[in-house]
Amino acid sequence: MIFKLKSLLTRSLNFFVTFFVVTCVVATCVFAAPPRFSQVIQGVPLTFPHDFGAHPEFRNEWWYVTGWLETPDKKPLGFQITFFRVATEHDRANPSRFAPKQLIIAHVALSDPAVGKLLQDQKSAREGLGLAYTKEGNTDVKLGDWYMLREENGHYQTSIKADDFTLRLSLAPTQAPMLQDDNGFSRKGPQPEQASYYYSEPQLQVMGTVIRNGKEAAVKGVAWLDHEWSTAYLDPAAEGWDWVGANLDDGSALMAFQIRGKDGSKVWAYAGIRDASGRFTLFEPEQVTFAPQRTWRSPHTNATYPVEMRIQTGATVWLLTPLQDDQELDSRQSADAVYWEGAVTVTRDGKHAGRGYFEMTGYVKPLTL
Amino acid sequence: MLSRWLLLGEWKAHLVQAAVAIIAIALGVALGYTIHLINTAAFNEFSAAARSLSGQSDLEVRGPRATFDESLYPMLAQHDHVELANPVLELDVAIPGNLHERRDATLKILGLDIFRASVMAPDLIGIPAEDKLFDILGDDAIFLSPAAMEWLGVKQGDPLQLRVGTQTITLRIAGSLRRARAGQRIGVMDVGATQWRFQRIGQLSRIELKLMPGSDRAAFKAALEQELAQRGQYLVTETADQEARIANMSRAYRVNLNMLAMVALFTGTFLVLSTQALSVVRRRHQFALLRVLGLTRGQLLKQILFEGAVLGAIGSLAGLALGYVTAATALHYFGGDLGGGFFTAVKPEVRFDPLAAILFFILGLGITLLGSAAPAWEAATANPAPALKSGSEDAALSKLATPWPGLLCLASGILFTQLPPVFDLPIFGYLAIAQLLTGGIVLMPRLSALIFSALSPASAKRKPGTVASILATLSLARLANAPNQAAIALSGVLASFTLMVAMAIMVASFRVSVDDWLKHILPADLYLRTATSGDARGLTPDEMKALASVPGIARVDFSRSSQLMLDPSRPSIALIARPIDMSDPGNTLPMTDDAIAPALLPRNAMVIWVSEAMVDLYGYTPGKQVTLPIAVPAPSFIVAGVWRDYGRQFGAIQMQLADYQALTGDRHVNDAALWLQKGVTPEQMMKSMKSLPFGNVLEFSEPGQIRALSLKIFDRSFAITYLLEGVAVIIGLLGVAASFSAQALARTKEFGMLRHIGMTRRQILGMLAVEGGLLTTLGTVLGFTLGWCISLILVFIVNPQSFHWTMQLSLPWKGLLAAALVLIASAAMAALAAGRRAVSGNAIRAVREDW
Repeated sequence: MIFKLKSLLTRSLNFFVTFFVVTCVVATCVFAAPPRFSQVIQGVPLTFPHDFGAHPEFRNEWWYVTGWLETPDKKPLGFQITFFRVATEHDRANPSRFAPKQLIIAHVALSDPAVGKLLQDQKSAREGLGLAYTKEGNTDVKLGDWYMLREENGHYQTSIKADDFTLRLSLAPTQAPMLQDDNGFSRKGPQPEQASYYYSEPQLQVMGTVIRNGKEAAVKGVAWLDHEWSTAYLDPAAEGWDWVGANLDDGSALMAFQIRGKDGSKVWAYAGIRDASGRFTLFEPEQVTFAPQRTWRSPHTNATYPVEMRIQTGATVWLLTPLQDDQELDSRQSADAVYWEGAVTVTRDGKHAGRGYFEMTGYVKPLTL
Repeated sequence: MLSRWLLLGEWKAHLVQAAVAIIAIALGVALGYTIHLINTAAFNEFSAAARSLSGQSDLEVRGPRATFDESLYPMLAQHDHVELANPVLELDVAIPGNLHERRDATLKILGLDIFRASVMAPDLIGIPAEDKLFDILGDDAIFLSPAAMEWLGVKQGDPLQLRVGTQTITLRIAGSLRRARAGQRIGVMDVGATQWRFQRIGQLSRIELKLMPGSDRAAFKAALEQELAQRGQYLVTETADQEARIANMSRAYRVNLNMLAMVALFTGTFLVLSTQALSVVRRRHQFALLRVLGLTRGQLLKQILFEGAVLGAIGSLAGLALGYVTAATALHYFGGDLGGGFFTAVKPEVRFDPLAAILFFILGLGITLLGSAAPAWEAATANPAPALKSGSEDAALSKLATPWPGLLCLASGILFTQLPPVFDLPIFGYLAIAQLLTGGIVLMPRLSALIFSALSPASAKRKPGTVASILATLSLARLANAPNQAAIALSGVLASFTLMVAMAIMVASFRVSVDDWLKHILPADLYLRTATSGDARGLTPDEMKALASVPGIARVDFSRSSQLMLDPSRPSIALIARPIDMSDPGNTLPMTDDAIAPALLPRNAMVIWVSEAMVDLYGYTPGKQVTLPIAVPAPSFIVAGVWRDYGRQFGAIQMQLADYQALTGDRHVNDAALWLQKGVTPEQMMKSMKSLPFGNVLEFSEPGQIRALSLKIFDRSFAITYLLEGVAVIIGLLGVAASFSAQALARTKEFGMLRHIGMTRRQILGMLAVEGGLLTTLGTVLGFTLGWCISLILVFIVNPQSFHWTMQLSLPWKGLLAAALVLIASAAMAALAAGRRAVSGNAIRAVREDW
């Protein structure tokens, strides 16, 4: 996933402030002593386990887990858990433990066709006092009682108590991390500085429980984790993006995205496929094409989303079909963004290939400030 | 039909009297209702403003001092039953600039964590500029309420200078708090930025808690209190405690104001009594005739009560309308403060309060009915046959002159003075005042008869023959033999004069005591402080050293004052640390006699000296061992003595600065008292101190200035009292004028007879003036005596019980004498004016009326 970040704040109407963010045009705040953030540079290799952890010297960072679950009665559920870290420009000299130098934001969503729409919740806090943090060295993020922790053996433990449900999941890797693009240096636009560090952990085996309405259900499934950090901004011409990450049944993993310009044109695109044996195929922007097949109009926001998408990578044609049409996240009350993010089934050249998550942003208004 | 005819007939004939009674009732009701409306509006607004600062929290945890260590916050935030913990750092920050113009001006600044405050108190979230959203977390950004912007004359984007100790910091106004309450002057910043900019790293003022849905608040509170007791001294409070604290803050003042309104109503009662009594007496023949013609007692009783009720209803309704208008006007122009200084920085709006309106209406009506009851009963029970005869008027009133009720009132009044306060309020003190007043007035006819009978033969004997002596004899005879009418005429003015005397003595005693106290507590030549109040950091040890080494200083005493909350339902007390002369604390403090001799104090024990309020409110009696939550574990002290404090009615404690610094580690001070070497003037000293690096933020005062300012504030806070007194006296005088004129008309026959036996009009008028003067003199003397007694209650019971301070009695002779003379003269004039009309008629016709 490519994604969000930047623009935080305020419209803190009823709940918390969240932010939303596309890497975008710089905030023009003039602070006493704005911190200098590190830049994403090509050729710097990712090192593990250090890079599983946080990179507070970069402006934005997120850990993003999506996946398909199966309930005991064989019903499918989609889930999404995201932890963001956003560095602010608050003066680094402030010794206060409350100084909001880093903000942590988390979103969670559960997609159940029986409900007909997403169940969602979100939280945000400043980092500090042991209440919210993203630690360096290994994945260890916490926001109140929501957390995601990578254990020594590489397993992830996460627990999220949302308003309408609770997720407690354990994710076990079956493959090595998939370094996107050029060994984890992932370009996001025509300019060389429009890039992030980006790796994924596809084909995670999920075991855990989902509690809804006081009823606990054991679930299992397959998930996808993205970890991405950057400082630079989205291309000014960008209006939004479409992104998919899919675990294929044969053990391979597909990730593709395109960044759309204001006129609907393709500003940038990318696709990477890694098969079960670890062979990696990378597609250049001109080899990747997104083509809407069917649209759905949101009754909540009136936005129209191409919920069925045809993606061509080289000679291969992929078709994404949503688990349910209404997987729109409307966080205008709390955050400042509306996007569609949902579970999809994937076919390759007409045949069922696997399941994944599809994200579409910028269909309501440009995600820029 | 008959009843309307009777009513209108009577009113047409005695419009002035009816009007005076109505005005009295109206003014009483209006005053009461105004004070009630203003107080309610101010109190509600103040509570709402205070509540808006704590949002929708269920509980609040704070320390006894202004701030406490933030380490408590993560523990509470992760507590099992806590859904949300909202950390708040609240500071009152001084505004630099013209110190005299903005004396004591501070801006309340709340340091908040927006991620939590936006849930707990969404109205306190600032709105930044569209392109500067991050300002909400900015390290130099502050959001101001519209009222604060207006008050400071700034707008979004402007810099804002604030004082931190001797330093000035500059923040940027990043936006407004659009949803702050109207009139509320506050600023909001990020809590981390607040800690940093105001040098409060690691400190919080309070943590607000929202509990998990379905939690048992009381049980959680008890458990949390127990849990926190192991970590230090913390107070777990509910919103109700905060309301109670605010209510406690102004309660004594509000109750006392309401009592003044009651005084006005009380005076009104006597005016109604006198109006109704005279009117009934005048119409004695009329009523007797009606009885003979077949009107029953019950009907007559109803008729007279109905007349009273109409007066009362009109008066009360007019009073309510007037009260509402006055309250609205006062709130609009002066705010809700009423001179008490409790409700500043809020802008309350008047709201019609139907319940209170009904209450005051009933009160006004009830009082009129009460005033009409005795005359009505007398008229209804009178035997028609003798009543038809002339000259029975005074006999009719003689029933009112039984001494027993009066004596009973006096006795119970004296008994009430011995009773303790109820709910911290001097209820029995006020009841005693009411009883003494009623008793005094009820006994007035007896007394006047006694005194004038005694005078009458004496005057007749001494100077026989002269016209003057005849006039005096006649006047005295009249007063001695028909005392009831006279007394009734006087009751209203007696009530108001008595209360005026009492209030005047009380205020004078208070003022003299405050003045003496100020002289005592300001022994130094020059005082200096940094910024005006509370949370300012004050002077650092280095700055203290620099100050003390300025040449020309003979001695310098530094002091540190801070707030300490001992009981969450009471306002904080003041803790003042300064060097105190152990061998004779009276050298430093205005001690009362209540103290332990220094020699008897245990060696090495730390001692404190408490204000009188501490004894009343917290039971800190001399010799008692107490602990104060100023360090962990709480150190214990021995109460060494009690000092007088007119500045802080909620309590204050003084302790040695050295003890304070050793216990708390707080090395800052707020104030310094300077004694200068011989030959050094305060002006020279100020000049040399101004040249210190931090000199320009020092604020100097000479004792004289402080005294003048304090007395000015004192007078301002009593302004409303003076006003109410004046109103009461004016009502009383109106009553005197009205009843004299009524009496004079009723005595037309008598004047006709006097003309027949050779008296000139002039002489009759002279007689009337003498009568009026004598009567008023008696009333004044009596009023003075009663007033003095009541002032004793005010000074020695009501004040200590409401405000927890004692004072010496002082009498403002000059003012009282002047008021008495004015009163006597105006009463004589009123009698004269009334008489002029009565004697203007034909003497023969006047006599003929008497069949």
